[in-house]
Amino acid sequence: MKAVLGLEDGTVVKGKGFGAEGVALGELVFATSFTGYEEALTDPSYKGQILMLTYPLIGNYGISYENFQSDGIKAEGFVVREICDHPSHPKSKSTLHEFLEKEGIPGICDVDTRMLTILTRKRGAMRAALITGDDDGERAVELAREQPTISKLDLISEVTCAEPYQIKGRGKRFVVMDLGVKRSILSGLNQRGVDIVVVPASTTPTQIQEYEPDALLLSNGPGDPMQAKNAISVASVLVGKIPIFGIGLGHQVIALALGAKTYKLKFGHRGTNQPVRDVDTGKIYITSQNHGFAVDPDSLNDAELRVTQVNVNDGTVEGLRHASLPIMSAQYYPEVAPSPRDVEFSFDAFMKMVGGYDAQASGY
Amino acid sequence: MPKRPDIKKVLLIGSGPIQIGQAAEFDFSGTQACKALREEGVSVVLVNSNPATIMTDPEMADTIYIEPLRAEIVAEIIAKERPDGVLAGMGGQTGLNITSELAEKGILDKYDVQVLGTPLEAIYDTEDRDRFKHAMERIGEEVPRSRAVSSIEGAIDAVRELGLPVIIRPAYTLGGYGSGVAKTEDELKDIVEKGLKRSRIHQVLVEESVLGWKEIEYEVMRDAKDTCITVCSMENVDPMGIHTGESIVVAPVQTLTDREHQMLRSAAIKIIRALGIEGGCNIQFALRDGECRVIEVNPRVSRSSALASKATGYPIARVAAKIAIGLTLDEIPNDVTKETPASFEPTVDYTVLKIPRWPFDKFVTADRTIMTAMKSTGEVMAIGRTLEEALQKAIRSLDIDMQLGDGEWSEEEIRALLSSPTDERLFVIYYALRHGFSIEEIARLSKIDPFFITKLKNLIDMEDRLKKDLSIEALRKAKRMSFTDERIAVLTGKKREEINDLRRKSDIRTTYKMVDTCAAEFEAKTPYYYSAYETQCEAMPSDRKKVLIIGAGPIRIGQGIEFDYCTVHAVLALREEGIEAHIINNNPETVSTDYDTSDKLFFEPLTLEDVMNVIEVERPYGVMVQFGGQTSVNLAIPLEQELKRRHDLKTMILGTSPTSMDIAEDRDLFSKLLKKLNVSQPDSGSATTLDGAKEIAKRIGYPVLVRPSYVLGGRAMEIVYDGADLERYMREAVKVSHEHPVLVDRFLQGAVEIDVDAISDGKDVLIGAIMEHIEEAGIHSGDSACVIPPQSLGENVLRSVRDYVKRIALALEVKGLINIQMAVKDDVVYVLEANPRSSRTIPYVSKATGIPLAKIAAKVIIGHTLRGLGFAETPKIKQVSVKEVVLPFDKLPGADPILGPEMRSTGEVMGIDYDFAKAFFKAELGADNVLPIEGTVFISVRDEDKPALVEIAKKMQDVGLELVGTAGTARYLGERGIRIDVIQKIREGSPNVTDMMRKGAVNLVINTPTSKAALKDGYDIRRAAVDFNIPYITTIQAARAAADAMVAIKKGKVTIKSIHEYHRELFNR
Repeated sequence: MKAVLGLEDGTVVKGKGFGAEGVALGELVFATSFTGYEEALTDPSYKGQILMLTYPLIGNYGISYENFQSDGIKAEGFVVREICDHPSHPKSKSTLHEFLEKEGIPGICDVDTRMLTILTRKRGAMRAALITGDDDGERAVELAREQPTISKLDLISEVTCAEPYQIKGRGKRFVVMDLGVKRSILSGLNQRGVDIVVVPASTTPTQIQEYEPDALLLSNGPGDPMQAKNAISVASVLVGKIPIFGIGLGHQVIALALGAKTYKLKFGHRGTNQPVRDVDTGKIYITSQNHGFAVDPDSLNDAELRVTQVNVNDGTVEGLRHASLPIMSAQYYPEVAPSPRDVEFSFDAFMKMVGGYDAQASGY
Repeated sequence: MPKRPDIKKVLLIGSGPIQIGQAAEFDFSGTQACKALREEGVSVVLVNSNPATIMTDPEMADTIYIEPLRAEIVAEIIAKERPDGVLAGMGGQTGLNITSELAEKGILDKYDVQVLGTPLEAIYDTEDRDRFKHAMERIGEEVPRSRAVSSIEGAIDAVRELGLPVIIRPAYTLGGYGSGVAKTEDELKDIVEKGLKRSRIHQVLVEESVLGWKEIEYEVMRDAKDTCITVCSMENVDPMGIHTGESIVVAPVQTLTDREHQMLRSAAIKIIRALGIEGGCNIQFALRDGECRVIEVNPRVSRSSALASKATGYPIARVAAKIAIGLTLDEIPNDVTKETPASFEPTVDYTVLKIPRWPFDKFVTADRTIMTAMKSTGEVMAIGRTLEEALQKAIRSLDIDMQLGDGEWSEEEIRALLSSPTDERLFVIYYALRHGFSIEEIARLSKIDPFFITKLKNLIDMEDRLKKDLSIEALRKAKRMSFTDERIAVLTGKKREEINDLRRKSDIRTTYKMVDTCAAEFEAKTPYYYSAYETQCEAMPSDRKKVLIIGAGPIRIGQGIEFDYCTVHAVLALREEGIEAHIINNNPETVSTDYDTSDKLFFEPLTLEDVMNVIEVERPYGVMVQFGGQTSVNLAIPLEQELKRRHDLKTMILGTSPTSMDIAEDRDLFSKLLKKLNVSQPDSGSATTLDGAKEIAKRIGYPVLVRPSYVLGGRAMEIVYDGADLERYMREAVKVSHEHPVLVDRFLQGAVEIDVDAISDGKDVLIGAIMEHIEEAGIHSGDSACVIPPQSLGENVLRSVRDYVKRIALALEVKGLINIQMAVKDDVVYVLEANPRSSRTIPYVSKATGIPLAKIAAKVIIGHTLRGLGFAETPKIKQVSVKEVVLPFDKLPGADPILGPEMRSTGEVMGIDYDFAKAFFKAELGADNVLPIEGTVFISVRDEDKPALVEIAKKMQDVGLELVGTAGTARYLGERGIRIDVIQKIREGSPNVTDMMRKGAVNLVINTPTSKAALKDGYDIRRAAVDFNIPYITTIQAARAAADAMVAIKKGKVTIKSIHEYHRELFNR
């Protein structure tokens, strides 16, 4: 099956199609991790984006269906150099191709992904269209250009849960506002005994307070944080009332709620090798990240939010903490899928902030 | 944390000679460390016995000692230099062992020398197998069940608990030296006995078998502030039970899920923290069904770290050196991107594959099985965008006479070889796939993940497709799997040239991608490339004048680190001249493939097509073929022809013309040339048939020296004593070389052999040095110890030598280097061969004389004259420099430790002093052949050697040594007034000489090989010496030199001086 990828700058790349037949529209972004494709494809933060992996051999260990970060693939399309048709891992239940086909997601392979990565690095993330079954490059470019930019899209409503649900625990109660929450965040909390209530992104502050939570967690999610209007207002209302923890998009939401600004990165941080420095201790951690937007440090009011962590590569803000209130956030993924386990402590730091939790005693 | 202000001077310990298990990787890491320390203003004192290294170049460190790597010698250097710290982790196991010894002897405390980087405690925790086990248990990491024992009884006891099979690993050894898998109690006793002898602390670990599990490695770094990163993950294609140095390895891990990868990564970081390592370490895991065991930690840079550095572009040794003097990872810039710091984890967008290079072409009797102890001498690495591409490139890079599809095995043999593999396993798997074995069956027998076997199957499928379909699409796909034009031509019944033209016409061209540590996330400044058939080429040719230098490929016997040294010098010379220097090479261990050595590095196989592809993109003005040893010389003529065919390319072969090279290589042409020049040569002839060879032998008289033309390291060269012997030889030798005839030379018995390295600019000839061999002609020049200046040759002989060298060099119109081998018998000088290229003695000569020959040669090649460069005169030498070789017999069970016309040595050391005896003593010491001045010497020599033995034995006796010998030798010496006890030969029953050796009652063995009948006994004695780690000598010439050395050492101490001091004396500076 033929396939073509067209970019808004007119670039056309022809290759082989795999997965489902059809058209995928979205912003083309690249991620640099060589493992964790099952986790990445199902990460709701990739909604609205066509995911490209820089490592050329993908699908080597198949799909186990054990590492989903949501109920299915959330990326719009998938771009790789070579897919593996004969995975050997004992846990593999299907190939990458079968997985995408089943999920209705088109993919393209046999393309020079490094060339596309360099292009993305130089020009910034671009809108793209992936068409399978056909290699009409002009049409792909047209489709790429016709779609709105990612900042204009309301992607959260596509990935948030429809109804609240509870994951019971014997510890403190957290309300998790689902902006596209990864399952590993929930299981990270669950493992720490948290009594979790997951609520849709449209939930009001009052509704949240009715759960009598000990803390609010604003989850990760896709797109421009300015689109998370309800979450921003929830956060600004609840500031000072309960402890708030933000991850990824949730971290940006907290910044916006406290009057700071966010901006779009040229091509974002996506991978599991991103170094983050703790401003106070100087320690460096390797983190998993997936973000195309960042908090502008110059817009922060130091009396409120303080930068606690920065990206060692480019100095962007990776962690925030409120000067007096129990509010903190991490731009990276402090849980572990796909991820190095260096920063699980951020979870624990928040747990400690909420109170009544001893990481040591619980074995984490 | 900034650099520690208290560290101003650092002692760096090198790893000594190249040997199996310890190759060029430590020159690479040591050189990086020197640069890294000096950048921070730290003065570096370096000690290494290996002259063939870049790190011992006078420019590399502030003070360099080419001295034996022995604790007592290093202690003297410490007393003289008073360094503030010692960097132990750059010199492999040798560096760690010496540092441990210095600490134990109190030398470090006495002179207030701090161990930098990884603390000694961590070294002990990893090396002492018992402590290691406990350290892992403390942090909850599982290790295989095991017990450390120091006796055979202990081992038997341990097996009662663990059950057979078990793996036995001696403490403090390198490359799995002395280790093995015991399936029976007899095997257990044998391995444990030898293993205990080889362990510095007389301890082995008896370990539960995890044979067949996956073997996974992580390279981890940690700084003093506890920041930890993993540089690279590597997956062994071969399962547990095969040493990682013997395994095919891919990076990054291919078949692990993210969970498994993160589990191991987290464990690796936990381990480096728990051990308190500051710098780098290598951690090996065994993995099966989600269960994991920690197998081993190497608390230092290693061959794996060299591989990881080249695989990712992340300079582990450089960063480790900076960490050792107090810098933290975030303070060290990533040299590749220049923008980001070293505190990140590299990620790659290609696949890397390494294959070891084994020496079995040299050791036909050695056991070819690959297992827990290393037997390979070197390795190649290849990079591809597909695994098939990397694999095929790596196989080409091996430079062996075999490709996929070669070989033939019965079904029974296939099964046996799949479960108990040899160096030929890849070819066996391919063959099995071709002959009806399923992927599952091969996986079951070999314990190799089907993922990898499938890749081989893909190659077979592609071959089958090509046979029927030569469409553009098929061609493109084949090139993406790195099928060569030549292979495609064979498959499709076309000519190589036709395929080459077809694909260029179809625009299927090589592109070059960059190795940048970050998968293109950041812009990289490092010009490190690999080829791939993709759309975008990143190698942007500059408009500067540029030269491509062809490297030497993997370290093997006959082509060692010396040629990497020469390659690097050629680059340095060109860069000094403002010419853009490019390197093409495929050896991950070397300095030449370090990212900052050349202006552009192409990590590629060294075949005509791979070199031409680079030329096609870069269009250099010239190619240099004379620095990379025989591999690159062999490319001269094919390259010349291809460049002629390609009118569009203007690239020239620089230096001596390929035609002249051919004259020198072709015996007939060379023989004619010598005749014309009136230079004497041994009688000889060449033949392509057995009858022809017999006729020649009859004419010139037995014994004769026979060899195929175009030889590498004396491959398949033999001294043949009669017609039957010749017949046998011809059967084997013709296989070695298809196109070139067999050469038959008169063998000059008892002659002194000479080696000369020289440079010619076409007008003048600079003689670098004349080297006199210690061993007589007939022993391969690469295996002979030799000395500069000559000790036994008269001025008239030397005059002829010089005269001949000049005549030959000028007649061959040599531009650049030439090495000439000669033999002197009865004051007549015979020319044996001339090689118009760099030789393995270039670095030794350069260090002995202070003249950088390779550099000068490179400058001559691009147009300078010797006079213009100020090197018309041969320098007067004031010191005596002895080169001694290191032989791999201890690593190759079954191989007979004798010297002959086939080269066997893997590396070399140099001893410098003011007289021959002391220099020889130091050279032997450096080669770990410690000449005793007390204790017992066992002597057993052949009859021919007995007359010469008398004086030798007398000297040893005067030194105070006890002598014992076999009956014949003892009687002969006894009759001549020498006190010597008789000891039984092995077949005479117990107690015999091996019993004595086993007890440690022999300090030196002198045994010269006798006629074939009694060979077995001699073999057992020599083999026992090797197995029980006793110094041994197998030629009477070496015995004589040894006796002189013992006398000299008894009288006075050796000189400890830096190479800079020696060179100052030479040039009166």
